[in-house]
Amino acid sequence: MPLYAAMLYQADLDWSAPEQAADLVGYHEFGEAAAAIIRGGAALFPTVTATTVRVEGGRGGDVLTTDGPFAETKEVLTGFYLLECADLDEAVAQAARIPAAWNGAVEVRPVIPMG
Amino acid sequence: MTDPVTPPPAAADAADALASAVREAGREVLATLARQVGDLGLAEDAVQDAMERALRTWPRDGVPDVPAAWLRVVARRRAIDLLRAEGSRGRREERAVELDPDLRGEPGDPHGGDGGDGGHDGDDPHGAQGSSVLHDDLLRLVFTCCHPTLSPVSRVALSLRTLCGLSEEEIAVALLARPDAVARRLVRARQKIRQARIPYRVPADHELPERWAAVLATVHLLFTEGHTASTGATLVRPALVDQALRLGRLLHDLEPGDVGAIGLLALMLLQDSRRAARVDADGRPVLLADQDRSRWDAAAIDEGVRLIGEGLRRAGERPHPYLVQAAIAACHALAPTPEATDWDAIVSWYDVLLALDPGPVVALNRAVALGERDGPAAGLAALDAIADGLDGHAFAHATRAVLLRRLGRLDEAASADRRAADLAVNEATRGLIRDRL
Repeated sequence: MPLYAAMLYQADLDWSAPEQAADLVGYHEFGEAAAAIIRGGAALFPTVTATTVRVEGGRGGDVLTTDGPFAETKEVLTGFYLLECADLDEAVAQAARIPAAWNGAVEVRPVIPMG
Repeated sequence: MTDPVTPPPAAADAADALASAVREAGREVLATLARQVGDLGLAEDAVQDAMERALRTWPRDGVPDVPAAWLRVVARRRAIDLLRAEGSRGRREERAVELDPDLRGEPGDPHGGDGGDGGHDGDDPHGAQGSSVLHDDLLRLVFTCCHPTLSPVSRVALSLRTLCGLSEEEIAVALLARPDAVARRLVRARQKIRQARIPYRVPADHELPERWAAVLATVHLLFTEGHTASTGATLVRPALVDQALRLGRLLHDLEPGDVGAIGLLALMLLQDSRRAARVDADGRPVLLADQDRSRWDAAAIDEGVRLIGEGLRRAGERPHPYLVQAAIAACHALAPTPEATDWDAIVSWYDVLLALDPGPVVALNRAVALGERDGPAAGLAALDAIADGLDGHAFAHATRAVLLRRLGRLDEAASADRRAADLAVNEATRGLIRDRL
């Protein structure tokens, strides 16, 4: 069955902060309900921890780092799931149950099958 | 002397009839083939080849007894060729054969022997089982082209390509877009269908109302864009209107009992019945009250009115918004003169519509009707009550200008007209307002 990446975009957040507790319940519920189709995923530390890396002048060139996320936007990537779904309809229906979908948005993208 | 490029009218009509027969049959063949090969893009390429071959050979050899069967054989062979070509580059052929029990039964050499096609069960367009399979295949095709994860513009382009059988060049002309932009949009839409796996199926019952509404909305968008072009030099784009009507008929044929489809077809027929009278010889819009009603299409009006009757009988207490809009259009279409218009009925239908589908534009149209029924002062009062939501709306300012002028407030009318001209979206309408100033 195809895999879809469900990428969680919302206001920058610290998953471990006490005010996230209520939301975490929502993620826990999704995790249980969708256990059969979740094939992976991760929650990310807030963008204050992000470093953006570029290599100037082609491979082996100077490594340039900037402090912060790739793009400064109101809503940022906060985590993702890998979901195994039959088709886009199912992937969209599952993504709509992730709390980020109502706190921000979830981008659903098909994963290229390997091997 | 005859223009050597343009065929004589009779030949042109015959060519049109042939092209339209090929497109109708091609759509059915495509709907089934897409399910069989599990790839809409590949099926489209195969059917396109078959249709081109039909247009080349039928004028010479005669139209086959069952055009769809002819196209099906040719398209299926072409699909197998395409799958083999892709199969030699990857694993596509294997997948396609797994997906499709029908294709497995094909003779090994697609170019050997012509017989054997008619025997495919579930595929015969005339058999009872075949017609229900075909019905579902066509619905699958409709729902895929109008899938909510595609942008509205992509849905329109894909519907014109896949459901109407228009070429990319024809779509570009119809949408006033560049052919390469249309081609790019279609490539992206097909890529998304294939790679993100937009399913080729009729939605489950619980999703059906919403998904069907999206299908109707796509056809309505197509019609609206053709009926009153939002950009460009002309008011009407007949090619788009004709395609929207064809799709409206298809949806009504597929779901004869659906009140939304009945209402949409009636609405399009009634609005389009005025086509010949809506623009003058110079292509400028003619207001409803000034139109030559003898040029309205009586057959379209009859059909629209009959559909409304059927729709209202089926709808009961809660008619579909398209049906109500059609009823309003019918009130205009049935009035022999502008003075004979039943404005009382029109205001009542707008009240129904506002309850079903509240919005500033419906309220604006209700204010216009009220102005006709109760006089310009009443219309202006109704307009003032809803003015906040309509400042960016050219028609609202043009309406205000008309009402002010009737009340003799000429300076205010002129300033409202100037505002409308600034906001008008197509050149033809802008010209009409300028003439008033």
